[in-house]
Amino acid sequence: MNPKASYQRRTGVIAKKLGMMRLFGDDGAHIPVTVLQIDGCRVIAHRTAEKDGYTALRLGAGTPKVKRMTKAERGQFAKANIEARKQVVEFRVPADLMAPVGAEITADHFVVGQKVDVSGLTIGKGFAGSMKRWNFGGLRATHGVSVSHRSHGSTGQRQDPGKVFKNKKMAGHLGQERVTTQNLDVVKVDAERGLVFVRGAVPGSENTWVEVRDAVKAKLPDGAPKPAGVRQAADAAA
Amino acid sequence: MNLLQTLEKEEMTRVSEGKTIPDFRPGDTLRVNVKIKEGDRERVQAYEGVCIARSGEGLNANFTVRKISFGEGVERVFPLYSPSLDSIQVVRMGRVRRAKLYYLRERRGKRARIAERQRTRTEVDSGADAEA
Repeated sequence: MNPKASYQRRTGVIAKKLGMMRLFGDDGAHIPVTVLQIDGCRVIAHRTAEKDGYTALRLGAGTPKVKRMTKAERGQFAKANIEARKQVVEFRVPADLMAPVGAEITADHFVVGQKVDVSGLTIGKGFAGSMKRWNFGGLRATHGVSVSHRSHGSTGQRQDPGKVFKNKKMAGHLGQERVTTQNLDVVKVDAERGLVFVRGAVPGSENTWVEVRDAVKAKLPDGAPKPAGVRQAADAAA
Repeated sequence: MNLLQTLEKEEMTRVSEGKTIPDFRPGDTLRVNVKIKEGDRERVQAYEGVCIARSGEGLNANFTVRKISFGEGVERVFPLYSPSLDSIQVVRMGRVRRAKLYYLRERRGKRARIAERQRTRTEVDSGADAEA
């Protein structure tokens, strides 16, 4: 099997994007970091090969309003004996890297120096023109151009082919789509407060959920905890 | 205070550990001791000039120092909390009526003078601005 595939890797984690700040390196370098908070991210259920045909972990994070949940959703948490979670995500995991149900995954799941991929929903920009959406150059400011300074210009050829090709870059909806930023450095980990400092920007606005995984295109350092950086919470059995 | 502000504050205390950043304003003449790395050796170089602007706040604060070097005006922007700053000394306090002294760029010699500022009583009492 392809060892690089996501389902051959450790589980990811649900984190909250808190925002960006700056750290200073010892040599005076500025390190722009995004602060991700991993708070109460617990394993809710397993997906097993026998029952579901694939192996995965279902993780949940955040506290919802219980009255807003359906009875079915509540039942899932009741089955695992876990307080309800707001955000639930499934992570494909090989069978030998399954963390037990109820386990809480903490920030030291990630080690400093490793690379991660972060997925999230980008900030919605609404209906955007081709200059903003596709970095088109627009038309000239003068020399007879009227009204259409920010338009995209021509969209095709002549009678042959006589149509606009599919996937032509044009104005339209921009943002609010799922995007993964790859190979971000983990600069600092604060396990006590559940914080992971990742170098660079991460998709989405502040206080939204993102998924943090080991980078697909980089080797995982040997020091990384397997199957996961776990805290066996006291109420795991409760 | 939200968590991000707390983190910035912690980073500020971490970076400025063992250092005292003096209280200074635009118009003050500063001596900034900059750490310079040459190969594996590190030395300190002083850069002295007039602070013409302060910008940013908290961890992201910067200040601009202007001096005339060999007849050529030079401005450097320093991050206030940069670890590459060894120390900052206030050489002289100046009395100015602007926050940004960009007008000094068009002036040379006598016209670029800045009057000396006396310390206010609160500054004397608190013992701030220990003169180098």
